[in-house]
Amino acid sequence: MHDFTRRSLLQGGTALAAAGALTGPALFDFAKAWAQAAPWKPESGAKLTVMRWRRFVPAEDEAFNAMVAAFKSATGVEMNVFSEAFEDVQPKASVSANTGSGLDLVWGLHTLPQLFPTKVLKMNDVADYLGKKYGGWTDAAQKTCMLGNDWLGIPVATIGGYMTYRKSATDKAGFKEFPKDFPGFLEMCKALKANNTPAGFALGHATGDANGWLHWILWGHNAWTVDKDDKVIINSPETAKALEYCKALSDTFIPGTASWNDGSNNKAFLAGELFCTANGISIYVAAKDDPTKKELTEDTYHALYPVGPIGKPTELQLAVPILAFNFTKYPNAAKAFVAFMLEKENYDKWLTGARGYLTQTLNAYETSPVWTADPKNAYFAQASKRALPASGIGKVGEKAATAIADFVVVDMFANYCTGSKDAKTAMAEAERQLKRIYR
Amino acid sequence: MADIALTPAKSQIREATSWDQLKHNRNWLGFWFMVPAMAFLILFLAYPLGLGIWLSFTDTKIGRVGQFIGYENYEWLWDDGVFWLSVFNTLLYTFLASAIKFGIGLYLALLLNENMPFKAMLRAAVLIPFIVPTVLSALAFWWIFDSQFSIISWSLKQMGLITQNINFLGDTTWARICVIFANIWRGVPFVAITLLAGLQTVSPSLYEAATLDGASRWQMFRHITYPLLTPIIAVVMTFSVLFTFTDFQLIWAMTRGGPVNATHLMATLSYQRAIIGGQLGEGAAIASAMIPFLLAAIMISWFGLQRRKWQQGENND
Repeated sequence: MHDFTRRSLLQGGTALAAAGALTGPALFDFAKAWAQAAPWKPESGAKLTVMRWRRFVPAEDEAFNAMVAAFKSATGVEMNVFSEAFEDVQPKASVSANTGSGLDLVWGLHTLPQLFPTKVLKMNDVADYLGKKYGGWTDAAQKTCMLGNDWLGIPVATIGGYMTYRKSATDKAGFKEFPKDFPGFLEMCKALKANNTPAGFALGHATGDANGWLHWILWGHNAWTVDKDDKVIINSPETAKALEYCKALSDTFIPGTASWNDGSNNKAFLAGELFCTANGISIYVAAKDDPTKKELTEDTYHALYPVGPIGKPTELQLAVPILAFNFTKYPNAAKAFVAFMLEKENYDKWLTGARGYLTQTLNAYETSPVWTADPKNAYFAQASKRALPASGIGKVGEKAATAIADFVVVDMFANYCTGSKDAKTAMAEAERQLKRIYR
Repeated sequence: MADIALTPAKSQIREATSWDQLKHNRNWLGFWFMVPAMAFLILFLAYPLGLGIWLSFTDTKIGRVGQFIGYENYEWLWDDGVFWLSVFNTLLYTFLASAIKFGIGLYLALLLNENMPFKAMLRAAVLIPFIVPTVLSALAFWWIFDSQFSIISWSLKQMGLITQNINFLGDTTWARICVIFANIWRGVPFVAITLLAGLQTVSPSLYEAATLDGASRWQMFRHITYPLLTPIIAVVMTFSVLFTFTDFQLIWAMTRGGPVNATHLMATLSYQRAIIGGQLGEGAAIASAMIPFLLAAIMISWFGLQRRKWQQGENND
């Protein structure tokens, strides 16, 4: 747990300064001015306990901590911030929701606020304030956080997952440009395997990676878990085609993907054993930060997900919304902090600190310098705009969140790709699991 | 006169009230001594168990009180392939791991009971897997069995015995073997040290007498060690089965139930559905479904112990 002070902020300011972030006195001056004019006045003696996911890019963490320290200094709100691994955020938030104590704010994954809609503080005023000021919210971000007319949380950012590949390998495979459609992508993966420079995508219980790319394959074939009325429609000819395609693709993968978690492809790629995968920008950032990986860094490129037979992008990107619990004693302080986080003076620099790992959900930040600082970052700027909500065409809510958490789609594909079940059985099992969830 | 004399005496000898009896009766005193323990058991064991069973009959979600839905959760589970796979995995995991842990543990206990150099150090070394936190050992095994970076695959490749990495955690059969292996590694010290403690209680004079009678080592084990060790074995195996059946951390850290749910135990599936998926009622139903299996394990051990006359101070049958 951190207790932020001006001193700790200044100590951490070096990296931020390198990234061009607002640091030191300028940040504090801005925070003080903001606090005086802000629509939300924190309660006297307010103290906020914030749980967030553990950062993958250190500079992002520093930028976040700088914001927290500035907010504390300007408003007098005591801030206790601690981090948890991705997978542990939701269980701990759930315990807090159930017991009604322990946390004020949680910054987590996917449709976290939709898991306990009756326990969250409505953020309509914050969303309205930020949306009007910064060009509105992206569609997926808005859908992810809204239930009816209420904002259950604020979509802070999206962690974009895109193709990360070794240019030398795809060139050698005969693909000067990264394929833009499914057949081309399959052909490329076959060629990569033939050259012993294989692709690989997680088929294990990897919350972010496996759910991300497998929903892309499913939706790209115009196959969906549920329709717009939440009727289960997974058992369809389109799903069968998606399974066939995925099986053909998985036959080209590096062995072991059925056991992969979210960190496995990073390790394999950086070790030079994997030549194409779907991931956030963290692989590239880690390579850039390692002086011994200069060659790999230069050879690493990004590309958008190819588009499936449906003819339009069908991406499931990792939304990271923040929520405040309605049992917090300091709702104004919580709202003020969330609004403060997304103000341009903070957010633009924060994105820079995240080095492309986070993507804006407010349209005005599309022109953030981070997207032009390195041409290889640019693809990730589109993540939130191109994404669909985690429910696909269905209703966003706790059922969709449960289906993702239960790995229904992941297991269906993994069952077929590993040969554990035939296509009919895999679809029937997924259908049954979904009916259980959507009953 | 007599009436007058008797009246005050009657009033002086007050009849003992129920409260007086509760305060002074020796049997009730025993009850009062038991109250703290009972309260503890009710608060921390009976109440959570009862609540879990109650939740399994509701559609409770995280953060939301549910409605009573009768057997609906169980009906869905009855027809749920993943649930039955988790039952199969749990039974396989428990049976194999417990049996092997017992075999290795007994062997180690017998070995460590012998006179040998550095005996104390060896006994302490056997305990190492037990004192390493489960999650840490699980992470170590996760690395050991990693698809790309397994030290085993690397070594075998260096020796020219294999050409490709072994897909330890990506293949359903291998994944099951790996998690069972990890559980055995962790669980053997408990069995070994407890059985060793039991062995130390066997009087050496019995072995001396048997030696004089010309008994072989096997005969000594069969007719002295084993019968005298039986009560300890019963207790150790009961606990070993219970610990293995309810294992969670090892699986969750190593495989999260994958690949394709091949290593999902009932405990991990319950956690996934209840906490990660938010379906508390359904998760509670899976957890409650473990109770009959656990009760059966306890009953087998209990009745096995009851049947033996040594409990009443008599010889075994």
